[in-house]
Amino acid sequence: MNKKIDVLKNGIIKNNPTFRLVLGTCPTLAVTTSAMNGLSMGLATMFVLVCSNVLISLLRSIIPDKVRIPAYILVIATFVIMVEMIMKAFLPDLYSALGLFISLIVVNCIILARAESFANSNTVGLAALDGISMGIGFTLALTLMGFVRELLGAGAITLGSLSLKIPVISDAAMTIFILPAGGFFVFGFLMVIFNVLVNKAEQRKNHKLKEERAEQ
Amino acid sequence: MNFYLVLIINAIFINNFILSQFLGICPFLGVSRKTETALGMGFAVIFVMGIASAITYAVNLLLIEFNVQYLQTIVFILVIAALVQLVEMVIKKFSPSLYSALGVYLPLITTNCAVLGVAIMNVSIFENTSLLISFLNGVASGAGFTLAILILAGIREKLERSTIPEPFKGFPITLICAGIMSMAFAAFSGMTF
Repeated sequence: MNKKIDVLKNGIIKNNPTFRLVLGTCPTLAVTTSAMNGLSMGLATMFVLVCSNVLISLLRSIIPDKVRIPAYILVIATFVIMVEMIMKAFLPDLYSALGLFISLIVVNCIILARAESFANSNTVGLAALDGISMGIGFTLALTLMGFVRELLGAGAITLGSLSLKIPVISDAAMTIFILPAGGFFVFGFLMVIFNVLVNKAEQRKNHKLKEERAEQ
Repeated sequence: MNFYLVLIINAIFINNFILSQFLGICPFLGVSRKTETALGMGFAVIFVMGIASAITYAVNLLLIEFNVQYLQTIVFILVIAALVQLVEMVIKKFSPSLYSALGVYLPLITTNCAVLGVAIMNVSIFENTSLLISFLNGVASGAGFTLAILILAGIREKLERSTIPEPFKGFPITLICAGIMSMAFAAFSGMTF
C-alpha cells in the first residue's frame, strides 16, 4: 500500500516531469499561451501516458529486449492517433489551437522515459498509477505556466466561454508573456521558485533529522 | 528563385524552430554545454532533417494514394526511426571519423520533435509543396536549429565562469538566456518580402 502512495506522490512534486526532470519541454513552452490550452494539452498527454504505460506493462514479457524502443513508439503512436482523431471530431477549436503539438505527443520524452524506466519493470497497477501521477504533475505544471502567462500577458483568464478580467493587470498587460520569449522567462522563473521551495523543504527535513538524533 | 530564398530565410530567422516555434527544445537545453558538441548535434540534425523531409514527403504521397492519411503520425515516426538507424549504419561504415564525432547524438535524434515536426509541417502547411521545397525547408530549419544551439552554447561557456545565484544554476539561467535570445529573434518577425 505504501509503495502505491509513494508512486502516486512521486510524479507530482519530488520528480515533477516538468520542473524537476525537465522532460517534455516543447509542449510546455509552446502551448501554454493560456491556462485552458495548458490544461487540455496536459490531459491529452496524461491519457496517452496512462494507456501506453498500462499496455507496455502488460506486454513487458512478450516484447523482445532488442526491439523494445520501436515497439514502445508504436504503442504510443497508436494512442496519439486516437487522441488526435477524437479531438478533431469533437473539439475542432481546441485541435486547431494545439495544432501540431497533438501529433508531437509521440515524441514527448516523458512518455518514452516512463515506458523505459517504469512500465517496463513494474506491474500493471503500479504502471497505471505512475502514469496518473506523472500525468497530474505534467498537467499541473502546464496549467500553472499557462495561467501565469495568460494573467500577465492578456490580463484575463479565459475558460471556455467564460472570461474573467483581472482589474489592475488587464490595464497594463504585457504582450511579451504571450510571445515565445515570455515562455522561456516564465518557465525559467517558475523553475527557480520550485527549486527554492524543494530545497527549503529538504533542509527542514534534514534539520528535523539532526534534532531527533541529538535528542537520542 | 526568389521564393526559395524567402523560404530559407523564413525557416532560419523568422520562424526559427527553437526560438519561435518551440520544436527541439530538449536537445537545445541538453547538449548545449560546449560549442563543439552543439555543433556536432547541429550537423546531425541538419542531415537527418533534410533526408527525413524528402522521404516523408514521398511517403505521404503514398498515404494519399491509398487514402489512409490518418496513419500519418505513426508512419512518419517509424520512417524517421528507421532512417536514423540507417544513417547511423552508413556513416559508421563509410566515415568512422564523422561517426565518432556525431556519436551519441545520432540515436537521440529519433525523439527530437523538430524532425517529426518539420515532416508534418511540410505536408500540412505548405500548399503547393514539392520534393525540393520539402527538402529545402528541412535543411533550412535544421540550420536554424544549429544557429540557435550554437549561440546558446557560446553563452553557456561564458556563464560557467560567472557567479550565479544558487537556485538559478543549471536549467533556469539557461532558459532565461534563451528567452533573451528569443526576444532578439522576435525582431525578425516583422520582416516581409
